[in-house]
Amino acid sequence: MSTKTKAAWNVGLIAALLGLLFILEQVMPSGSMLFTVLKKGAIYALVAVSMNLLNGFTGLFSLGQAGFMLLGAYTYAILTIPTESRASVYQYFDGGIVQFALPVPVALIAGGIVAAIFAYLIGLPVLRLKSDYLAIATLGFAEIIRAVFQWDKLGPITNGSNLLRNFPSFKSVLYPFIVSGICIALIVMLINSTYGRAFKAIRDDEIAAEAMGINLAHHKRLAFVISSFFAGVSGGLLAMYQTTIQASMFKSAMTYEILLIVVIGGIGSVTGSCISSFLFIACSEWWLRFLDNENLYIGGFHVPFLRPGFRKVVFAVVIMAMVLFYRQGIMGTKEFSIEAFSGFFKKKFGKKKVEEGGGSHE
Amino acid sequence: MDWITKNLPYLMAGISVGGQYALIAIGYTMVYGILRLINFAHGDIFMVAGLVVVYAATVMPIYIAIPLMIIVTVFLGFMVERVAYKPLRSAPRMSIMISAIGVSYLLQNLALYVTGGLSQQYPAIPWISDTVTVMGATTKRVTLITPILTIVLVVGLVMLIKHTKIGMAMRAASRDFETSQLMGIKINNVVSMTFIIGTFLAAIGSLLFFTNYTGVTPTVGAMPGLKAFVAAVFGGIGSIPGAVIGAFIIGICENIIKGLGWTTFSDAFTFALLIVILIAKPTGLFGEKSTDKV
Repeated sequence: MSTKTKAAWNVGLIAALLGLLFILEQVMPSGSMLFTVLKKGAIYALVAVSMNLLNGFTGLFSLGQAGFMLLGAYTYAILTIPTESRASVYQYFDGGIVQFALPVPVALIAGGIVAAIFAYLIGLPVLRLKSDYLAIATLGFAEIIRAVFQWDKLGPITNGSNLLRNFPSFKSVLYPFIVSGICIALIVMLINSTYGRAFKAIRDDEIAAEAMGINLAHHKRLAFVISSFFAGVSGGLLAMYQTTIQASMFKSAMTYEILLIVVIGGIGSVTGSCISSFLFIACSEWWLRFLDNENLYIGGFHVPFLRPGFRKVVFAVVIMAMVLFYRQGIMGTKEFSIEAFSGFFKKKFGKKKVEEGGGSHE
Repeated sequence: MDWITKNLPYLMAGISVGGQYALIAIGYTMVYGILRLINFAHGDIFMVAGLVVVYAATVMPIYIAIPLMIIVTVFLGFMVERVAYKPLRSAPRMSIMISAIGVSYLLQNLALYVTGGLSQQYPAIPWISDTVTVMGATTKRVTLITPILTIVLVVGLVMLIKHTKIGMAMRAASRDFETSQLMGIKINNVVSMTFIIGTFLAAIGSLLFFTNYTGVTPTVGAMPGLKAFVAAVFGGIGSIPGAVIGAFIIGICENIIKGLGWTTFSDAFTFALLIVILIAKPTGLFGEKSTDKV
């Protein structure tokens, strides 16, 4: 398949997907769980891909994602609360000191930029560390950011540990899909560029990459800043989805969830991260809900153990089994593409290797 | 004198918290020394130990509940290693760390299911929960016992590591994992023993910790766990005296910060300290210098 037909296929698929979503939205009742899953899934897909850019493609094991999402979410919320409702939101801080409201897209990008600036500053010292030390240092930074945002003295800006609310949110499920789609497309373009190749070289062997003339510090910082930018944007989207935000939401548990999404999808596969984020959200919010129902009968048999919380236990066991026995994840380092898909059906049992796009490496 | 009575409670609380962190930190540092793994589940095992006492104390007297808790916790630590870490021994380091995060997620959700998300009241343990007055400052007796007990346990552990056969095997395994296998050390036994000792100390730590902070919630282990890990890094990971000293320093600093009225930043301080240490002296206070070979 030539690049042109492939591009045409991809554009066609994306258009079909958006069309399908549009039709679904007209047909289905708007309170359906499906839309919750689709909205949250799209947002998590973006942050999972941004984490994958770091962990899967550059080999930097960072656990700071929740902190950068917090920065994005707060920046978005602070900049977009309408001036007339500021007095009620910042009721303990005399209406706050920010007295203007920006349009939504500008505020989303601003959220990304704030996260990126912080990532740059944090990266200066932290990116000199390796593997698990880097992980724990970034986790520590996320905790520090969370503590600072809850500080009373910053109340006029961040509203202390109180909720931020009344900022604009989205109604249509298309909104998060389009924003996340654009961001993920940008990340994919980055991965396929010269920089992306340099990132993969760093992941595979730092010393060899350095010997080939790749500036390690520069490229690591670039990957960290870009990943944080998109985490910031997804934080802004999450704020829009949830309609209220609070610093205490962005705990390290959130980073762990995103990490598990990346692992389930396959470390080093963009499409894998997207698929698994929808699966993850669907399982945790929707499909396993019946496990929380205390009075579930299967033909007169009262199923034991079911009560609120059981869903999460089952879910955690499944994830653990996956981590232990299915380490490759759904996609491994491969990418989902039309070519691979049709190839799979043509030679149903022939093992056709797909050395496509993203993360394949010998 | 006035200054002392004013600040003594914070200092005592600091030493006591430091002792509790020390007991958890030893588990981290020993596991890291041998497996090069940050055992993210350690803090959650600590939480489970708290929950076991809560539930056991409702059906049996406390002097049976406590030994039972220690046995259950140690068994849990042993099982976690066997089920979640051992199959991944030859896998890349990242997958075993992810497995540790998975175990932590599982234990937290399990605790959420069992407790229903409500904070559970830790039973008062006779004698150590009693209030005592030291130089005009009122505190629970556990505050005084913790540092002493910690030091006794650590000295015992150091003796075990220096003078017994299994201790020698542990030292060999932490020096060079592969070569020690070639020398006839049964590495699985050594690793299991490490986990048993680590979780035993965490169980004691939880007993002391929850006597002071009576609420047990599913996520209560995460913060002390992370702080104990920071203590282990601060002291030089792999070094037991280092972990203990690091834990005491962190515990005291944290409570002094609380005493100054900066409670919001007591957690942030710990992580700031971690980052400063990692940049200035990545091997910590007593860590061994490691060199990367090409």
